[in-house]
Amino acid sequence: MAAVSTRNIVKKFGELAAVNGISLDVPNGEFMVLLGPSGCGKTTFLRIICGLEQQTSGDLLIGGDIVNDVPPRARGVAMMFQSYGLYPHFSVRHNIAFPLRTQRVPGAEINKKVAWAAQLLGIDHLLDRRPRQLSGGERQRVALARALVREPTALLLDEPLSNLDAKLRAFARQEIKQFQQRVGVTTIYVTHDQVEAMGMGDRIAVIDHGQVRQVGTPSEIYDNPADRFVAAFVGAPPMNIVARNGGYLGFRPENFLPKDMIKDAAFTEFKFRVDRSEYLGSERIVYGALEGFDPKQVITAKLPPAHVADEWIRPGEWHLFAVRNSALRHFDDDGKRRSRL
Amino acid sequence: MVAIADSVPKPTARFRFILDRRDVFGSLMVAPAILYVLLLVGVPLLMAVYYSLSAYTIYNPSWRFVGLSNFIDIVNNPVFRQTLYNTFIFTFGSQILGLVLGKFGALLLLRPFPGRKLVRALIILPWAVPIALATVAWEWMFDSLYSVINWTLIALGIVTRSNAPNWLGTPHLAMLCVIVVNAWRFFPFAIVIFLAGITAIPQDVLDAATIDGAGFWRRNYQIIMPMILPIVAVGLIFGFVFTFTDLSIVFLMTMGGPVGATSVLGFAGFQTGINSGDVSHGAAISLFMLPVLLVVVVAMLRFIRRREI
Amino acid sequence: MPRAVLTKMLRETPFYGAVAFFLVLAAFPFYWMVITSFKTNPDLYNVTHVPFWFNDPPTLEHFRYLFDKTLFTTWLLNSLIIGLCVTGITLVTAVPAGYSLARMTGRQGEALGIGIFLTYLVPPTLLFLPLSRVVAGLGLKNSMWSLVVIYPTFTIPFCTWLLMGFFKALPVEIEEAAIVDGCSLFGAFVKMAIPLSLPGILTVVIFTFTLTLQEFVYALTFISASDQKPITLGVATDLIRGDIFYWGEIMAGALIASIPVAIAYNLFLDRFISGITGGAVK
Repeated sequence: MAAVSTRNIVKKFGELAAVNGISLDVPNGEFMVLLGPSGCGKTTFLRIICGLEQQTSGDLLIGGDIVNDVPPRARGVAMMFQSYGLYPHFSVRHNIAFPLRTQRVPGAEINKKVAWAAQLLGIDHLLDRRPRQLSGGERQRVALARALVREPTALLLDEPLSNLDAKLRAFARQEIKQFQQRVGVTTIYVTHDQVEAMGMGDRIAVIDHGQVRQVGTPSEIYDNPADRFVAAFVGAPPMNIVARNGGYLGFRPENFLPKDMIKDAAFTEFKFRVDRSEYLGSERIVYGALEGFDPKQVITAKLPPAHVADEWIRPGEWHLFAVRNSALRHFDDDGKRRSRL
Repeated sequence: MVAIADSVPKPTARFRFILDRRDVFGSLMVAPAILYVLLLVGVPLLMAVYYSLSAYTIYNPSWRFVGLSNFIDIVNNPVFRQTLYNTFIFTFGSQILGLVLGKFGALLLLRPFPGRKLVRALIILPWAVPIALATVAWEWMFDSLYSVINWTLIALGIVTRSNAPNWLGTPHLAMLCVIVVNAWRFFPFAIVIFLAGITAIPQDVLDAATIDGAGFWRRNYQIIMPMILPIVAVGLIFGFVFTFTDLSIVFLMTMGGPVGATSVLGFAGFQTGINSGDVSHGAAISLFMLPVLLVVVVAMLRFIRRREI
Repeated sequence: MPRAVLTKMLRETPFYGAVAFFLVLAAFPFYWMVITSFKTNPDLYNVTHVPFWFNDPPTLEHFRYLFDKTLFTTWLLNSLIIGLCVTGITLVTAVPAGYSLARMTGRQGEALGIGIFLTYLVPPTLLFLPLSRVVAGLGLKNSMWSLVVIYPTFTIPFCTWLLMGFFKALPVEIEEAAIVDGCSLFGAFVKMAIPLSLPGILTVVIFTFTLTLQEFVYALTFISASDQKPITLGVATDLIRGDIFYWGEIMAGALIASIPVAIAYNLFLDRFISGITGGAVK
């Protein structure tokens, strides 16, 4: 187990820079999530770390050593692929044992470790099956067991949950997080799903166009986005961002409330024209426009349960809304977070 | 937690991992095949070009350069001009016949019916079986005395024994025979290619066309044909190249005869270069195939490139 | 017979007629081979006999003659040896090459792939003159080993192309997982790509073998000694004494040589097509 660091990694495919200078430090034992839209370069970056791609420039350090020219087999990292990459012609037992065999671990030792990993993930009873005889969730556990069995220097996961259905996904999220904590392995987890990122990451690196926009804990990312991209990418519905005074003003939909709900705090008032509202059971999402701002820009408000049932808000009406000043976020005209506040 | 494997060994030197570089590894893997082909196809091709420009015979293996005089010799020879003409007739005749048969055969085999698998297996035979052996069977069927075809024609009263056709002994009939045999060998391949193309068309495209009111022929020629064109073109190029350069059918059935009526380029090159030992003139005759092949290859390359866009 | 069935049958008549036409066209020469090879000579060479079936009882005399009095068994053995050696050479070169081309991305890999494929289109009749000099230079003139050396010139390009298609169809992730799990590139190739494409490799073995059986031009050019001929050449050219054709023996020999090829083609046709088109479609 080891820390993973990158120094200004660049990867170009022809003219196109898929990774455009990423410097990231993942301390030993941390669960780091790389979050970004598809095509932002996060998977390429992961493949550089495990050695499946060679960076165009920049340094990669694992455990303090520069490993730029070290092939994957000698880096000691484990990777879990999106479709798991299980070996279809091997039994589950053989799949899990494979990383140990390539390192010429003695047979008795292999059996012990396979048993340990299988027991850890609760797949003892599957050891003699072939991958195609397993369900999606079982395959995922086998892939995880195979990745963990040799105690990798780092565990890399490339959208591992995208092949599971929604119900299974919530369960698998929790499972992966638990195992990571129990084994304590440095983990880098790539996803485009912010729920996974927020729920699992010790820290999150938000990536766009091959660059890191912000690194921080989930709450830092959510509460104090470093720029407009992060603000708009994280959160559902995303943060409302309106232009004001040569800069931008941002506020999250759940902080944009009818004025009468905000008590004894400094706040800013808006006149809000309601265009449409969606009832979601536990909340109500209201779409509309602000008076004095771009009338075409859709502003969303997320109303708490108290407002869900009574439909006092109807399309076409104007209401007085407000945001606590502490919940307002200011951005410069270049999109960066303004230094004050 | 259980204590697990020792830490990974530290890399010692960069060259230790030279085989882990994809470019190095990939080149090493492909090198033997490329070398083999370069040495035994590329070099001989250049040798053929040089032979055609020299005075090389197996009796007098000189490398004396004589320029284009070999080519001038053969072009001035009316027998060669006949051969060139024959080659085109042979190629286009058998290709067109084979394609028509192939297209109709594919239409038949597209429809499910009892025993289709067996029928397909039998129809594939002419393409599968070694052509030299099948040609010998045809030669026997065209035999001057015991031809089963003539026997049938006589039995049906179409011809009499005295004026029964001498298939391989009459110039035009002999050409017809080699064309038919080559088309016969080619049409199962054409069927396979057509079928592969048609079954690759998504069913919803055909359904959509049917719903839009396209009838059988319109579906056939405005939807199916354009969609299978790429794969058919590749098949056609194969058929063309191998027919244009063929030697075995003519060699076994007619020996180019009677009086040169079925002599084609491949056969003439063989006769001159191998049997008579006049390597330089033989090479010059064979090389007449090259420009045609180049045109075909360039057309194919352009086609492949267009498909990728 | 119910009227509906009758009209249905009438309507289907042209269709089945057409099928029958194709069947006769394709298969009659082979029927002719079979019937000729089992007929007695007096039955064969009698124009008053109906030729389509046995007028005398069938006989094994032609087969007996073929095996006892001719070099047929030698040719069979020669073809087997040639086929095995060529298949060996082809596998050793084409499997790595096909893999390399399938996994080599970008313009370079693509150009190499097309280049190799195009060499398959260079016809024997263009190369036989220089190659016969090469064969003579190697001291292999009139020896079946010349074919072992020359046949890979078309089996390698053909099989490389086929294998490229098969390897491209494999999910990359399996090899990548193996590489991350500690395999070298070569290890991933041997432990993952080869076992997973065994069906494709088997197809290639079968087709290489049939290609060597089908070849005629090079064999004709390089070999004139009867005991060195492969079966195709031997049957087609060596069973003629002067002007007399031994049709019964020739057809018997052709039949024996054709049957395995015909079976192999039919068993592997679908995989063969998917290989060809798989190489073309990325």
